[in-house]
Amino acid sequence: MNNYGWGLPIAASTYAGKIDFGIWMIHVAMVLIFVLWGIFFTYLLIKYRKRPGVPAVREDHEEPPVEITAGDAAATLPLATLLSQNMDELKSLTPDFIVMGFEIALIVFYALPAWNMIKITMPDAKDAVVIHVVGEQFGWDIHYPGPDGKFGRRKPELVHFNNPLGLDKTDPDAADDVIVGNELHMPVGKKILIELTSKDVIHDFFVPEFRIKQDAMPGMEIPVWIEPNRIGKYELACAQLCGFGHSLMRADVYVDSPEDYQKWLASRAAATPAPPKPTNPAEDF
Amino acid sequence: MSQDSHGHGHHKLAFWEKYIFSVDHKVIGLQYLITSFFFLLFGFGLMMLMRWQLAFPGHAIPFFGHLFSPDLAPNGVMSGEFYNSLGAMHGTIMVFLGVVPLGVGAYGNYLLPLQIGAPDMAFPRMNLMSYWLYLPGGIIMLSSFLMPGGAAQSGWTSYPPLSIINPGQTVWLLSMVILITSSLLGSINFLVTSINMRAPGMTLGRLPAFCWAQIVTAILLLLAFPPLEAASVLQLMDRVFHTSFYMPAGLVILGKTYAGSGGGQPLLWQHLFWFLAHPEVYVLVLPPMGIVSEIIANNTRKPLHGYKTLVGSMVAIGIMSFLVWAHHMFLSGMSPVLGNFFLVTTMIISVPSVAILTCLIFSLKGGSIRYNVPMLFALAFLPLFGIGGLTGLPLGLTVTDIYLHDTYYVIGHFHFVVVTGSIIALLGGVYYWFPKWYGRKMNDTLGYIHFWGSVVSMFGIFFPMLIMGMAGASRRLYDPTAQLHNLVVQPLNVVSTMFAYSLALFQLPFIYNFFHSMWFGEIPPENPWQATTLEWACPSPPPHGNFVKTPHVYRGPYEYTPHGRKEDFWPQNEPN
Repeated sequence: MNNYGWGLPIAASTYAGKIDFGIWMIHVAMVLIFVLWGIFFTYLLIKYRKRPGVPAVREDHEEPPVEITAGDAAATLPLATLLSQNMDELKSLTPDFIVMGFEIALIVFYALPAWNMIKITMPDAKDAVVIHVVGEQFGWDIHYPGPDGKFGRRKPELVHFNNPLGLDKTDPDAADDVIVGNELHMPVGKKILIELTSKDVIHDFFVPEFRIKQDAMPGMEIPVWIEPNRIGKYELACAQLCGFGHSLMRADVYVDSPEDYQKWLASRAAATPAPPKPTNPAEDF
Repeated sequence: MSQDSHGHGHHKLAFWEKYIFSVDHKVIGLQYLITSFFFLLFGFGLMMLMRWQLAFPGHAIPFFGHLFSPDLAPNGVMSGEFYNSLGAMHGTIMVFLGVVPLGVGAYGNYLLPLQIGAPDMAFPRMNLMSYWLYLPGGIIMLSSFLMPGGAAQSGWTSYPPLSIINPGQTVWLLSMVILITSSLLGSINFLVTSINMRAPGMTLGRLPAFCWAQIVTAILLLLAFPPLEAASVLQLMDRVFHTSFYMPAGLVILGKTYAGSGGGQPLLWQHLFWFLAHPEVYVLVLPPMGIVSEIIANNTRKPLHGYKTLVGSMVAIGIMSFLVWAHHMFLSGMSPVLGNFFLVTTMIISVPSVAILTCLIFSLKGGSIRYNVPMLFALAFLPLFGIGGLTGLPLGLTVTDIYLHDTYYVIGHFHFVVVTGSIIALLGGVYYWFPKWYGRKMNDTLGYIHFWGSVVSMFGIFFPMLIMGMAGASRRLYDPTAQLHNLVVQPLNVVSTMFAYSLALFQLPFIYNFFHSMWFGEIPPENPWQATTLEWACPSPPPHGNFVKTPHVYRGPYEYTPHGRKEDFWPQNEPN
């Protein structure tokens, strides 16, 4: 697979660039901080090594050592501590202030807006392609609403090996629904809204190329949106330990041109067998 | 008060009273030391098995493979269930049976009463009980390997519903309840001791940084552990009585509707678990930070830079550590709006952490640095723990965490914190206080070999993980080659594995050195490091009751190179 390499995988969604920007910026800052500290640290280690006849030099000059009282300690808060120090100590906290400034800027100008865009604001279901993705030990079931755009009801008690999601075939909305195992198709250039859930334990929806990750929680429907902007075949991997077969739990993600997507959907709809007669679930087990 | 509660060696103690069921904090401390080192070694052994599977998936484990039952390792090849058991038990053992009992149970127990000038802990019998709950708790945990279906397989985090339906978990929960009880007893004991039993003149402002670290740690243990104990009991009920505290309605497991499923919420466990487990991270690093502070002050021969800032930052970390737990849960399905709150608190807690590192590095300035074995460990702590801290940044930031969460980056990050941070410091502490514990010194040459071998190996294990994580490689995979996005960086798994084995090799000189020096080590002078703190004001090893005469404290803990004196150290208990 040439999607993956020694750095970040290829980027295939509209917000992947945003996440990559953050990752690179933080790593540049991290390396910078580490190298500067490292140089200073090495300098100190060499300059102040023990030499005969050269005693250590204390920072206080003939003053009694500073002490704190119980009251001080109890009232200690980060800000109060910082401010109560004398100037020398404040100066030595300069690295702290620089890091703090960097972090505040990161939060205000990067993390809050980007997190809001990716995880909090969801596209309107009317303007998006809505797909239901359900995790199970150890695979993914993908539920498309079919031409009517409506999802059929799913009932846990109807789950059966040839009805993995327990689709209630008596529901008229379910008649044209398409359910596919371990194959997620989506059209390029459109907002995809995924309703994510799980049948059994916690799974995690991770597509490295989209830079998206979200736990699939049983009992919850969690919305996830993606706008794929690159046609190709990617990997949907479970990223939350889900049992002995966890490493085998994967699916292929196909980002198709809109025409190919429609063609695929039509072919799957045709392949879907006529709804079987509703049976008494008790007989199945 | 404790002087009256037990004898002072007036009568001769039987062997089992002196070494097995002792109420002497020093004996209990050494019991903790040996036991927790055994668990660390055992947990490391589990990891070496896992590392084989990660580097060479599907190949029979050499030498040991055929020793396991065919259920665990058919034809010597590790099974997925066995791999998950090893993973869960590695995490649990290292955290709850290894590093915490070592940092708190061993170091805290032995040194806290000595450093504050107390004859023993406030409640010596409760101290005895802490250890004798810890050891059976640990044995029960290990015994779960012998249960039908094997040990717990749901990660050390034990997220339901998986933990409810997987085998082995009941024993895990029972053992956790016992271990938590042990740790609660210990934390109360530490707090009462450090509040009530300080020698005359030992004000809070004269406490060594190590004692402050132990006090903050004890508060964290006291407040954070009860929620997990309650949560564990609830999970036990879900498993044994099929209640549904954590089991939502409508679960279908392997094609069958699950009987115990009701209106529960798996997220509840995650909140309760991380409410403990994040403060727990600071329980793992604060005592080692205290150790590093002691060693650095002693070997630079000058007072610590910014004692107030250092102590204030430890207290600040203690308070803040209760407000950051959900940064482990950004992608869990918790409301993403809440994520913003925990993003901000997470960035705030990095401020006191940076302040502590700054103080320790600035302490070197103007010093007369002695490069002995403990000092090398303490110095290695600074940049390596720094890497651990820095790599926390992209994980604490919500947006970048979307990609990096649950990848090898996370594993690399917290192992830099706990292994090259905590464990390095805890190993250095052994060399530093060994003369106190056994009245003998450990061999320096073996110490240097141990140090350099360990540091290089640790770096070689964990740095490749950061690169793998950047490339997207997922953690907790039994067979990393089963998912395409891990394939390119798979060679790094081999590198990591090789360094893990070399790390094991470099522990041999340490183990030999430890036991050999216990009996045959060089006998050092009374105060071998020329230290100022009170533990060096009594004989080595100290007799039952510690101080021949209750010491009086005249000054702060780090009066090195004092003005106008000939010697370059001025012990806390020496009159003017």
